[in-house]
Amino acid sequence: MTPLSAYLLLSALLFAIGLAGALTRRNAIIVLIGIELMLNAANLNLIAFWRYSPNPQALTGVLFAIFSIGVAAAEAAVGLALIISIYRHYKSANVDQVQAMKG
Amino acid sequence: MTWPFIIIALLTIASAVATMTLRNLVHCALAFTVTLAGLAALYLQLDAQFVGFAQILIYNGAVAILVVFAILLTRGSEPPQQAIFSSTWALGVGIAVVVFGVLSAMVLSSHALAPAGPAPAIASVREIGDQLMTKYILPLEVVGLLLTAALIGGVLIAMHETKTK
Repeated sequence: MTPLSAYLLLSALLFAIGLAGALTRRNAIIVLIGIELMLNAANLNLIAFWRYSPNPQALTGVLFAIFSIGVAAAEAAVGLALIISIYRHYKSANVDQVQAMKG
Repeated sequence: MTWPFIIIALLTIASAVATMTLRNLVHCALAFTVTLAGLAALYLQLDAQFVGFAQILIYNGAVAILVVFAILLTRGSEPPQQAIFSSTWALGVGIAVVVFGVLSAMVLSSHALAPAGPAPAIASVREIGDQLMTKYILPLEVVGLLLTAALIGGVLIAMHETKTK
């Protein structure tokens, strides 16, 4: 049986990879994919903690993960619509070329 | 640690790294679907069948297709000529490394983690449906409302602005 810490380490690594991508890539779509990767890492944590909890009959972790997936789907839809709108306005999907609201 | 876990974990990590480093955006999206499938396999390994199949349906089926559509609509399918990483990429990688270091140090030094797995918990779809219809009915309705509002908002944002001009 795989220990719980292995799942937590894997999820931390996935979170770090997603964070690195969201902070370093220029294309807004890849930034959004990085954010999705971080959300998925959090979901893996929820499922792993539910599986190794003393009372898995409560199903709290599973339902939390289901709601999290639903919210992530809504976030992806709105985010990609925003990216398409920004591309139509600036003719570019690179986040460092959108400077109209720069302080 | 079992061999299936190691293989799936290595596949997931490798495809996640490929997602964040590949130059062509379509290749990034393909690597992203492999990452999502690996995560679904991990959910199935953790006895969460419903979440695993929901992950495949929602992420591999809907979000990945949405990402591919966005890439094609923003003409990202041809590889970019200029740099794909921002000028401050070293700072971003440093922050990510520090975050991973802190998280892994906390996980490895924690004594509260359960050492061995309990009896297999079977989260059947019937039980999940019962819970969704009784205890979690309010969050379910709120998520449904949020999804409706988000999809209408997404359509409104991405619609052509010909009428308003």
